[in-house]
Amino acid sequence: MALPKFGSGDLVERVLKGEHAAIAAALSQMEDTRPTALDTNRELLRELEERTPRTHTVVGLTGTPGVGKSSLAAAMIRYWVEKQEGVGMLAIDPSSRRSGGALLGDRTRLRFEPNERVFVRSLAAKDQLGGLAPATRASVVVLRAAFEWTLVETVGVGQSEIDVETVADTVVLVLQPGSGDTLQFMKAGVLEIPDISVVHKWDLGSLAERTRADLEAILGQLPVRSTDWRMAVIGTSAQTGQGIDELGEKLREHRAYLDATNELDHRRQKSRTAWTLELFTQRFGSFGLERLGGRDATIRRIEELDQSPLDGFHQLRSEAGFDR
Amino acid sequence: MPDRPWIIRTYSGHSSAEASNQLYRANLEKGQTGLSIAFDLPTQTGYEADHPLAAGEVGKVGVPISSIEDMQTLLHGIPLDRMNTSMTINATAAWLLSLYIAVAERSGIKRSQLQGTTQNDIIKEYLSRGTYIFPPDESMRLTSNMIEFAVDEVPKWNPINICSYHLQEVGATPSQEVGFAIANAMAVLDGINVDATTMPSVVGRISFFCNAGIRFIEETCKMRAFTRIWDRVTQERYGVDDPKLRRFRYGVQVNSLGLTEAQPENNIQRIALEALGVILSKDARARAIQLPAWNEAMGLPRPWDQQWSLRIQQVLAYETDLLEYEDIFEGSHVIEKKVREIEAGAQAEIDRILEQGGAVRAVESGYMKRALVESNAARIAAIESGERTVVGVNRFDQTEASPLTQDAEGGILALDPTAEKTQIDRLIAHRNRRNRTDVDAALQGLLDAVKSGDNVMPASIRCAHAGVTTGEWSDALRSVFGDYRAPTGIEAPLELRSAGENLDAIRARVTEVSDRLGRRLKALIGKPGLDGHSSGAEQIALFARDAGWEVVYEGIRLTPDQIVSSAEQEGVHLIGLSILSGSHLTLVPQIAKRVNVPVVVGGIIPESDITLLRNQGVAAVYTPRDYDVLRIIREMVEVVAQANGVA
Repeated sequence: MALPKFGSGDLVERVLKGEHAAIAAALSQMEDTRPTALDTNRELLRELEERTPRTHTVVGLTGTPGVGKSSLAAAMIRYWVEKQEGVGMLAIDPSSRRSGGALLGDRTRLRFEPNERVFVRSLAAKDQLGGLAPATRASVVVLRAAFEWTLVETVGVGQSEIDVETVADTVVLVLQPGSGDTLQFMKAGVLEIPDISVVHKWDLGSLAERTRADLEAILGQLPVRSTDWRMAVIGTSAQTGQGIDELGEKLREHRAYLDATNELDHRRQKSRTAWTLELFTQRFGSFGLERLGGRDATIRRIEELDQSPLDGFHQLRSEAGFDR
Repeated sequence: MPDRPWIIRTYSGHSSAEASNQLYRANLEKGQTGLSIAFDLPTQTGYEADHPLAAGEVGKVGVPISSIEDMQTLLHGIPLDRMNTSMTINATAAWLLSLYIAVAERSGIKRSQLQGTTQNDIIKEYLSRGTYIFPPDESMRLTSNMIEFAVDEVPKWNPINICSYHLQEVGATPSQEVGFAIANAMAVLDGINVDATTMPSVVGRISFFCNAGIRFIEETCKMRAFTRIWDRVTQERYGVDDPKLRRFRYGVQVNSLGLTEAQPENNIQRIALEALGVILSKDARARAIQLPAWNEAMGLPRPWDQQWSLRIQQVLAYETDLLEYEDIFEGSHVIEKKVREIEAGAQAEIDRILEQGGAVRAVESGYMKRALVESNAARIAAIESGERTVVGVNRFDQTEASPLTQDAEGGILALDPTAEKTQIDRLIAHRNRRNRTDVDAALQGLLDAVKSGDNVMPASIRCAHAGVTTGEWSDALRSVFGDYRAPTGIEAPLELRSAGENLDAIRARVTEVSDRLGRRLKALIGKPGLDGHSSGAEQIALFARDAGWEVVYEGIRLTPDQIVSSAEQEGVHLIGLSILSGSHLTLVPQIAKRVNVPVVVGGIIPESDITLLRNQGVAAVYTPRDYDVLRIIREMVEVVAQANGVA
């Protein structure tokens, strides 16, 4: 789709209303890497962030390839749509290092009618290693502005799935029965403890039960991520539909917990800081950080500024003396 | 004493039951000795003719059969007690066999007299043809039901034809073709629920449907390898002692993949040579053969084109001396060596699949599909590099104007454009005519059988008699089994091995155009309509990825609405559509008119339609003549560059 005229409040308005063409245009705009796009994006991002209803939630779906993240996502989307709630989804697939190309195949499992309040965008991870794509953070802002729920499905590369917790309000780890490696990573502290663990393909029976038991056992041994939230373990099956309602309710429950404890603000703040830092280091590296007094000082400065990330980036750039 | 000739058939059917019936009767008068029914895609995938997904597909690649009335018209005047009928039907095989039985019963012919074959091989549908409906386990249950029913009730019927044919069509090597097909047959037999004493007669009803390519010596060896492995497997795994029941019985349609649109007259010698591959060796000779027409890569053949292929078979069977000899390869060390090589390769494939839990699991995991997609990419690369010669295509491509394609239609059959509407009218009239109470009761009986695990055949035959429609029968099963989407096989991490300068240049150009547009080139590749032959679309998706595109691959069975909506959500720069069923004039404009990015189309598209599509705003049209995939990818880049003013 060719991009409509930009820079007007009109686009923001249309995104907030959930208009597909506008969301698509805003997402493409956010992916634009040309320097000329930066100012438009800054403005768009700031406005969208400001006007997004606070009740909207971002869920990160992570887990190794083949565990059935897509089929689980499809079932969750169906669940929300039936409850009259809109869903935006980002499906991230790896890029080829040699050609830069990517196959984005998730749509084959995500079939929805064009008039439903569902919007799915595939993103290629490009050379990003943390399981997200470069435009993920900005794309999340666009979708979150439009829909009650935003789902981010990561590449699923196991250990390096760390970035998802810096974009999502709630992190859901998907495992399949017998995912011994993932459990080991968690135990070793390589993998962050998710808010909710899902043992997918629950229809596999006793093996699934055992994985669940292993998870519960690990839980007993590890410090939890937030003091008052105990990681939930849920068994689901896209085939039988089992556990989908339970997962939906658990997500709502986690969201209520985030609201009640100020954890939501805390997480979103952390997410903006991570993003601002990422923008700055990608461009100016450790040399840039040093000019701001090192990494920790930069993080403190970002928190102090408390700005929309592209604005924060601009400010840091000028403070580091890298102005155009 | 000379061997008896094989059953001589022609795969045909189009437009309507009435038109197809006339065609069949004419072919039988010309000396064809069996029938081979081609069904249209709505019938194959279980949709009513007036379902949105059926738009443009009714009567295109075969005959539309909506109910017993159509089946009666189709078979009118054909002696079913003496006919040998092959039906290319899979997901809805139980239904079409029920209709066939019901029609026979209405004319006083017993089930036990019926002879023929339902293709009914669902595994290859997931791998190649794409006309599956239900998930693998549920589909396999239908297959088992039919086999168990046929063994008792229709003992001369082949309830399943395990297909290696379609595996070769999507690029399988001979060893893969043999290995995958045998593993598939094992999955079918392992799912059969009969006592050990009945098992040999079940094994004796399993037949195969194979392909024969232009390398006809290798094909001869492949067929010998098949017969040997099958003999061994049936004895060792299924305890069949009677050698007659262990015999590898198979039918053949020779290779369509290798037929060319360029210099199409060359296809005649290809077809004749390919037929040799499955008749030369008496011990591994086909039981039934159907030959494609010379113009298959261009569109639908006319009766005269089919007659030409029929006459090839008759010359081979009745003029030559090949039926007079015992097996002429007996004692040949050269042949024996090649047979053993294929056999060993096939056995390795079988072992690999069994290790994964059998063919059904290897479908679900995507293993088999990935292996085929990879083989096909290698085949295409070999043709592009010239390593593999295709006369008239990548060598000897200069040609005089062909008088065969000079007529107004370009040498193919022009279909009646009103066929779809006529069929929908017939269907509506039928719905109004039948007794609703009978229909509801029959459908309820079907649902009960499906849910309780009973054999679905008796309830389906009752549905057939009651006037239930194809869509109703399928929907009843869908409501219990659900709809299924198979792995696409393109998640494979493989990259083009023989990248070469050509590819590097395209990659550079993709990056250049991407930089000017601000983000990497992104394309949506999908197949609108019901045609499930996805291998062309898969190869375009793979090669485009390797050239640096971001490719959203949307798979098969999409409505124009879904494609338009996906393209919008994904923010793609280009849409690539693949259609092989002939429904392009209906489907493509519905997409091209509603998006503001360029659309390119590939498929079996007659010359005269190319202009029509271009006039509807399609940026480029590719046909089987365009074998050079990289050229297509390069042109796609330029189409985007031009559309965005950065050429």
